[in-house]
Amino acid sequence: MISRRIVLRFPHRLVDQPIVCKLVKDYDLEFNILKAYVTPREEGLLVLELSGGDKNYERGMRYLRGVGVKVQPLSQDIIRNERRCTDCGVCVPICPSGALVVEPLTRKVQFYDNKCIACELCIKACPVQAMEVHF
Amino acid sequence: MAKSIEEINEKIKQGKVVVATAEEITDIVDKKGLKEATETVDVVTTATFGPMCSSGAYFNIGHAKPKMKLGGGRAYLNDVPVYAGFAAVDVYIGATALPDDDPRNKVFPGEFKYGGGHVIEDLVAGKDLKLAATAYGTDCYPRKKLETWINIKDLNEAVLFNPRNVYQNYNVAVNLSDKVIYTYMGVLKPELGNANYCSAGQLSPLLNDPYYKTIGIGTRIFLGGGVGYVVWQGTQHNPTVKRKDNGVPQAPGGTLAVLGDLKQMKSEWLVGTTMQGYGVTLTVAIGIPIPILNEEICRYTAVRDEEIWAQIVDYSEAYPQGKKESLGEVNYTQLKSGEITVRKKKVRTGNLSSYPRAVEIASTLKEWIEKGDFLLSEPVAYLPGPETGYTFKPLKERPIA
Repeated sequence: MISRRIVLRFPHRLVDQPIVCKLVKDYDLEFNILKAYVTPREEGLLVLELSGGDKNYERGMRYLRGVGVKVQPLSQDIIRNERRCTDCGVCVPICPSGALVVEPLTRKVQFYDNKCIACELCIKACPVQAMEVHF
Repeated sequence: MAKSIEEINEKIKQGKVVVATAEEITDIVDKKGLKEATETVDVVTTATFGPMCSSGAYFNIGHAKPKMKLGGGRAYLNDVPVYAGFAAVDVYIGATALPDDDPRNKVFPGEFKYGGGHVIEDLVAGKDLKLAATAYGTDCYPRKKLETWINIKDLNEAVLFNPRNVYQNYNVAVNLSDKVIYTYMGVLKPELGNANYCSAGQLSPLLNDPYYKTIGIGTRIFLGGGVGYVVWQGTQHNPTVKRKDNGVPQAPGGTLAVLGDLKQMKSEWLVGTTMQGYGVTLTVAIGIPIPILNEEICRYTAVRDEEIWAQIVDYSEAYPQGKKESLGEVNYTQLKSGEITVRKKKVRTGNLSSYPRAVEIASTLKEWIEKGDFLLSEPVAYLPGPETGYTFKPLKERPIA
């Protein structure tokens, strides 16, 4: 069983194709949409939590790449700029998934990107603009 | 036997001074007792690093050829308006100033990406800034237009002058309504979704000297990474605030007006700050040394987070409508635990003031003193205390016609 958060980029020609539907029907994968967006250039962006059996997952990924969808793990897209962060901690209660926590001993802020669901609430809530999104 | 600041400064010059941060003194008093702690420790360093809106800086840019009078004209630094109501080449920039074309909250919540606080940070960081100005022209100052790059090293004077900093305690902000609200205490989630506070607690300067017995006009401080001074009580100074038995205010109390040479400050300690849906401000680093002159002063510095209480205030209705209602009080140990209980609900807490950075400032100031690079100063006058009856009044509105 694999469960991954991935970012899918759909080129313009694929925006109206039922691709995620195929992942469910043909590859028996479950999905949870975290973000769906069509850019001004009519390209599609989907942030999905995708889960299923190991083999099915791999085959599903091959299918996606085969039709021209760019796949990238989510964790690379929300970044904490450690130089700018002042460790205030105002982001911590804003984060819905517990990806931002205050370390009890040092009282510094830690960002666990594997828990991040890219909701982007922290981006604007951070007073010193230390959270960056790099989609 | 009481000590004097003069004696302490002698010890600093001789390299014999004993300094503790406001965190360390608590343990020392616990272990050794108040009497021995007072005898052995000479200085306690306190600190804070939080957003302080009533901040700004004034500059003298030097004369152009031909001469121009900015005073009475209009001037902008990186498109942010600066105040030009002084003499020919003196201007003042406030931390919350915004560009004329900033949409503010027209598309709500506004992003407030750049403003006075960021201009100050950029200036201190040594960046070139665009100065654009227009003037009405006089015989002695005929020039009417100026556009030039300026840099902090070319300015004659660049002085950080903050009318209100270092609030002595503050509120805990919550949102009782059913919509997200955007305030100077940060984004507040509906129905007690989060609780934001803003204080360094046991490290905070005025919480370690609650009756202003050592911090006064002329006190030398760590300001923005360099050296500064307390110059007056800050605006909204409220010494008659309600206090607990230990003398510590249980609501926002005293404040300080501070000043220092911007040229020796550092941009990591003066950070341009954006509060979504609210505006721009400046996060300021301040460290204040407290001379341990007697047992009473030592006892005040040994205050701990659990002995400092703050009021929980609703920022959706009570605060904006000026209703003085408290939803209860909590202490800073509870706040720093990450969760408090309000109206039987568990609410996650967030601090706007960085405690780790305050620890760093207090340690840095301690080092400066130990190395002999920083002498304490005796206040030339003391701040108004509660015995004066000085209080923070609301506006008495008197409509015109």
